[in-house]
Amino acid sequence: MTTTTTAGAATARRTPPSDKPMVTFETANRRLKWALLAPALGFVGLMIVFPLVFTINLSLTDAFGAVNAGNAYVGLQNFADALTDTRRFWPAVGRTVVFTLGAVVLETILGLALAMLMRKAFRGMEIVRTILMVPLLATPVAIGILWMLILDPTNGIANHLLGFVGIPPQEFLGSVSQSLPTLMLIDVWQWTPMMTVLLLAGLTTLPEEPEEAARVDGASGWQRFVYIILPMLRTTILTALVLRGVDALKTFDLIYATKGPGGGSDFEAETLNVYAYGLTFDYQEYGLASAVLVLFTLFIVAIVVFLRRRTERSAS
Amino acid sequence: MSLPTSPRRAGELSRRSFGVLAAMSVLAACSRGPRTADPNAPLRVLAINHVWTQAISRYLPEIEERIGRRVSVRMLTADQLTSTFNVRLNASATDIDVMTVRPLQDQLLFARNGWIADLTDRVEGDAAYRWTDFQEAPRERSTAAGNVVSVPVVTERPALYYRKDLLEDFGGAPQTLDDMLDIALELQRRSEGFFGYVGRGQRAGAVTQWSSFLYSFGGDFMHEGRSGIATPEAIAAYEYYGRLLHDAGPPGATNMSLEQAMPIFAQGKAAMYVDADAIYSNFLDTSISTVSDTVGFAPFPAGPAGSVPHNIPSWSLAVNEFSLLRDDSWGFLRWASSPEMVARLQSEGIPGARQSVWDDPATLASFPPDLAEAMRINAANGVGHDRPEVMQVGRARDIVGRPLVSGILGEDVASVAADADAEFNDFLVRDNRQREF
Repeated sequence: MTTTTTAGAATARRTPPSDKPMVTFETANRRLKWALLAPALGFVGLMIVFPLVFTINLSLTDAFGAVNAGNAYVGLQNFADALTDTRRFWPAVGRTVVFTLGAVVLETILGLALAMLMRKAFRGMEIVRTILMVPLLATPVAIGILWMLILDPTNGIANHLLGFVGIPPQEFLGSVSQSLPTLMLIDVWQWTPMMTVLLLAGLTTLPEEPEEAARVDGASGWQRFVYIILPMLRTTILTALVLRGVDALKTFDLIYATKGPGGGSDFEAETLNVYAYGLTFDYQEYGLASAVLVLFTLFIVAIVVFLRRRTERSAS
Repeated sequence: MSLPTSPRRAGELSRRSFGVLAAMSVLAACSRGPRTADPNAPLRVLAINHVWTQAISRYLPEIEERIGRRVSVRMLTADQLTSTFNVRLNASATDIDVMTVRPLQDQLLFARNGWIADLTDRVEGDAAYRWTDFQEAPRERSTAAGNVVSVPVVTERPALYYRKDLLEDFGGAPQTLDDMLDIALELQRRSEGFFGYVGRGQRAGAVTQWSSFLYSFGGDFMHEGRSGIATPEAIAAYEYYGRLLHDAGPPGATNMSLEQAMPIFAQGKAAMYVDADAIYSNFLDTSISTVSDTVGFAPFPAGPAGSVPHNIPSWSLAVNEFSLLRDDSWGFLRWASSPEMVARLQSEGIPGARQSVWDDPATLASFPPDLAEAMRINAANGVGHDRPEVMQVGRARDIVGRPLVSGILGEDVASVAADADAEFNDFLVRDNRQREF
């Protein structure tokens, strides 16, 4: 082993031995690890932990008007107010669940169908893939405005086209009863391509032998899909469901752009996110809004934990 | 294997010293900087995207020369503006100097939060500014807790827009609300996509326009501090408005605000439309309107209590309490709301709030004559508010708008109004508590 004598080392030899333990490689390595992690930890602390702690703190106060205007702590009162509110909070929870389930289930079915169609190469596939990606590239607000123009009950082209096939004019986003289903369909239009891409990626990694063996044994296409492909694709489907499900739960811009504050005149499209935004920016009730957001976060975390456990169990 | 330890060289920082230095640096970075503005900093105006802002922007070199500093104007929509103020002023931002605020929507809350500066001494201590020249209603709406906190720059009333060609057989514009309903019902051909009447129907968005119907039926949002939305007069107004849109209006009316209703009239698909007089130019612009030759303007029709429209200051100027350029900000306000500037802008079609300007017929020359006359009559009869005068206006509008939507949907208004009335009374108790500055 070669040792290099430096001026520092020479000085060290002259200094009296200290009681401090020698710095081992492991210790230095451990310190270096923390030094390298520090920027990431700082970022997480500043961008995630601080806002979360701030929101939790705010949810325990009666903050109204201005965030820092001498607010008093009210304990869990805001949580109690939210959880006993049957006029806005619980209907918003219901709509959030309906919107998410409806949109994600449809997107998964359609995405899987498209992925199966695109599994084998065909002429013009690149063009189809490019067209399929277009809705993903636009912002939800732009998409909301676009669909508002298309679906306008009086001037929109949708009713014009429906008239050609004898369907009477619909109110779409202008209707109290049709708004949520219409929004779900717009979401399906925008996000099905993402499910297709994710599921297509999963399909391309599947081994071909089991399906070939089933084909030789005389299994039909549907049987091969149900008994061979679907079980092998389960982990990918669950992962896609988690990703899209969490995203769909948080949908805000599309709803706000098309229905405005409160999700429409009868709160018909008011999800938890829209409700929390309204409490914050239309009502300036920061304490209650923070409590709703904390409950919403817990709700999302519970769903993610549940789905991840399902994924892990399925994978094992 | 152990690595050789390197002893600290002269001038090298110990870990503890380094930590102290880092902490001090962070504290220094977090501490407030100098509380004076950079001499080269521009005066920042955060304003509504409105014809007033576009017009005043053309004259900015005048004020830039006067205050010796560049003026930077940023325009946003009303919702974006309120959200931006909420976020920026909650953080005591100094990068906004002059704000356009809605005196009937945001001002009271902003004043309570300590976000807008008290201008009382400035407006009253400057004789040349002639504060008393402002019309009484807009002047009253400029105060919060007895202090002047804004100066009005744009006023607004409802106007009845109607198709002259279609209403000729009925003797022109209806004089009463009853006549308006009859004509709307007679002219509508909903199956063919033509409507007798179009107007706002969104829960909160429609409240301001509905207010004129409410007053003309003899009601008001509040009576002596308590809810007035379940009185017979208010229910009659709710039912009338609901019937007008349900029986003679377009489909999807409950999702209609200004942005949805205006194009229907502009494209010739409705016979009558009541909305703010400030939007009249949209119907004269041939690039977006097919009714530019046939549109007529009339005062608000009379109800059982007469013609009682609203006459309000829709936009005012305020100074950010945290601004480092308060004197220059006041210089901007003084210039933008001076008698000369208000006269100039009103001559360009933007109604101001100074009585002396309204008294000069020359400033109304750019308006179509029938619109100028309608504005004059509505201003004379007008009430100074178009929404509940409370701290939390957004929530109040959501409550009082509920029976309005029920009416448009053809539901029983009285029962919904009774429920909304109880909710509104509960709300008023809480709102009054929050008014304690």
